[in-house]
Parts: sequence; C-alpha cells; structure tokens
Amino acid sequence: MLRLANPARFMRVSGAILPWCAGATAIFLAAGLVLALFVAPPDYQQGEAVRIMYVHVPAAYMASLVYAFLALASAVALIWRHPLADIAAQEAAPLGAGFTAICLVSGSLWGEPMWGTWWVWDARLTSVLVLFFLYLGYIALIHAFDDPARGARSGAILALVGIVNLPIIKFSVDWWSTLHQPASIMRLGGPTIDPSMLWPLLVMAIGFTLFFVTLLLVRMRSRLLAAKIRALRLAVG
Amino acid sequence: MNAWFLLVRRDLRLGIRQGGDAALVIAFFFLAAILFPLGVGPEPQILARIAPGILWVTALLAALLSLDRLFLADYEDGSLEALALTPLSLEAQVLAKAFAHWLGTGLPLTAIAPLLALLLHLDGAGYVALVVGMALGTPSLSLIGAVGAALTLGARRSVLLSLLVLPLYIPVLIFGVGAIEAAVAGLTARPHLLLLLALLLAAIPLAPIAAAAALRQALE
Repeated sequence: MLRLANPARFMRVSGAILPWCAGATAIFLAAGLVLALFVAPPDYQQGEAVRIMYVHVPAAYMASLVYAFLALASAVALIWRHPLADIAAQEAAPLGAGFTAICLVSGSLWGEPMWGTWWVWDARLTSVLVLFFLYLGYIALIHAFDDPARGARSGAILALVGIVNLPIIKFSVDWWSTLHQPASIMRLGGPTIDPSMLWPLLVMAIGFTLFFVTLLLVRMRSRLLAAKIRALRLAVG
Repeated sequence: MNAWFLLVRRDLRLGIRQGGDAALVIAFFFLAAILFPLGVGPEPQILARIAPGILWVTALLAALLSLDRLFLADYEDGSLEALALTPLSLEAQVLAKAFAHWLGTGLPLTAIAPLLALLLHLDGAGYVALVVGMALGTPSLSLIGAVGAALTLGARRSVLLSLLVLPLYIPVLIFGVGAIEAAVAGLTARPHLLLLLALLLAAIPLAPIAAAAALRQALE
C-alpha cells in the first residue's frame, strides 16, 4: 500500500493489472447478464420483473461499498498524507454517485410494477437518497476551494462524517419495518434466497466490483497522466 | 472552563451587537411558516395535519441561515488564528461557538414555536412534544452545522453549506416530527425524544472533533 505511493510505480503496477481487470469485468458482466436474463427462473410472485434485482442489488451493494472505500481512502489520506489515497477517494466519488443513481433508478423501476409506486418514503430508500446527496456534497466540496489540497482534506473529513449513514442504510430495514424487504443474502443463518437466483446475483456482484476497480484504475491513471502533462507544459512554457 | 464561558459570551455579544441574528432568525421562521397557510390553503384540518412538518422544516432552514457566519467573521479578520493559539482546545472552542449559535437561534426558535403551532392549529396534545423535541433537537442542528461551516470555510460557493448539512439534518427532522405526531395520535412521544437525545449526546463529542479537524485544515 505504502510502496504504491510512488506514482511511477503505481502507473507500472496498475498498467499491468488493468487489462486483466477489464477482461475479467467483461467476462463476469456478460456471464452475469446471460445468467440473470435467461438462465435464472422467474419469481413465483414477481414473474419476469424479478430480473431487475440482478442490477438493483449489485448497484445498491456497490453504492455502500464505494462509500466505505471512499471513507477508508480518506482516512488513509488524512492520517498518512498518502497522495494516491486522495486521488483514489476523489476518483471513486463520481463512480459511487453513479452506482447510487443506478440503484435508485432501478429500484424505482422495480417498485412501480411490484409495489404500485415509483417512490415511497421508506427508511431504506430515504437513507440511500441521503447517500446520493453525500456523494454530491463530497464532489462539490472538493472542487470548492482555490487550493485543491484544501478541498481534498475538507472532502476527506466530510467523507468520514458521512459514514454514519452506512449502518443506517444497512439496518434501516430491520429498525423500521417498512415496504422494502429485509436482507435475504447477508444474514445470520444463511441466505433465504434460492440458489438458482443467488448464483447469478453473486456473479453480477463480482462483475460490478471488477467494473468499479477497472474504472477507478482508468480514472486514477488519467488523473496522474494529466498532472504529468501539466507539469511538462509548465516546465516547457 | 472560564475561558470557555468567555468565548460563549464574546460570540453572543458579537451576535447581538452586529445586528441581532436572533431577531432575524425568528422573523424568517415566522415568514417561512406563514407561507404554508397561504400556499396550501387555510383549512384548519389540513394545517393541523402538516403543522409538525412545517414547524420542523422551517426551524431547520432558519437554523441554517446564520450558520455560514459561525466561523467566517473570525476567519476573515484573523481572530480564529489567535483563538487557535490559546490553550483552550479547538474542540472546546467549536463547542462554545456552537452553543452560542444555539443560544442565538435554537433557543429563540424553541421559545417561539408554540406560538406558531397555535397559528397552524396544532392539536393540543402535541405542544409538549414540540417544545421538548425542539429543545433536544436544535442543539444537534447547531453542532452538525458547525461541522459544515468549518468544512466550507473559505470555499468559493456559499450554497455548498446547505448541500452538505441538510442531508445530515434528516434524522433530527424525522424524530422531531415523529415525536409530535406520536403525541397527537395519543401515543407516547418518549422513544422519539430519547432518540433525539441520543443524537445530541453523540453530536456533542463527535461534531466538535470533526469541526476542529476541518478548522485546522482551514488555518494551515
């Protein structure tokens, strides 16, 4: 982790990893989509509409996971002043906002046929919406200062403050029994979801995670390259 | 401890002499709340139904109004740097400033809320929950707001503060309204009030730590 702080070494390592990551993403997402759309059985209650789940659940999981990553990277950046951690956090935030938006939109599209409404002010929906605004607030904050370093550190503190929302999202369906169904995969006593649906879901979740890693590496690399170009231009001009 | 009270007194005095934020906050609270009867119509049943929400939402916005001034004046004239050099820890200073902010906004809002509730035809059973809830909830608003104010200190955009702080205000709003609605429905408001108290007890140590960290970044 600390050895990667050297941008040149990071560029070398990430350049070697990137094609493998991208390839694995393509394989997992393709396999996951085939499994989810054609192989997995329709639900006995929901029919074919249950297939929205294979996008909605991984997106929701990524929304939280990326925020946890953002907070972790922010903590590393604040504690060790790790320059790449700052970049990782800043480049992860728009991706997390994107996953959260996919989660909200797909949930809305799923809710219309199943619950009969696009939106309810349910605890989990509301807390995910808050998560979306935390991402937006973070992105706005890091760009709000003339000094980018100041923005990065303020953003890191905000990311750590916002982490209180993660347990609220996770446990909202247990604390307030509302319309959103309770956990059926990550629970004590094993998953309650049928294996024929669990496997496509897991493949999709792995695909989404790899997709995030790939995009994050691409974004971090282009950020570092942009900084290099700027430095070269300044040196020449 | 003495220095702490001196800081609270200084901030209060500055607030009063610089034009009385408290009076403006109350005026805003009133104006914003009377927009609702004009907007949704004067039927007492409808107003009574949405009164808890109106009161809390407008109180929340009113508390937001003066937040950007919390550290800004001291930051601009350099006294924040002088304060940071005093033996009183920055965390304690944030707590003092948030307390002074609450005395200037949250406390008058709490005091005036029953009067507004009367105008909005709030059911008689809800008043105790309203006042106790406001008394427990508004200090959390000042504390959470202090974090936002410290984070955006010196930022180019002033709307940013609302974007950062409003999502974090949502729990206070939910439990504050929940307490009144429970009381009006004839249930006990106790769990909601205890949750508001829990939020406050968590915010008292945590918010000053986060805000002080943000202030140190601003002063670097």
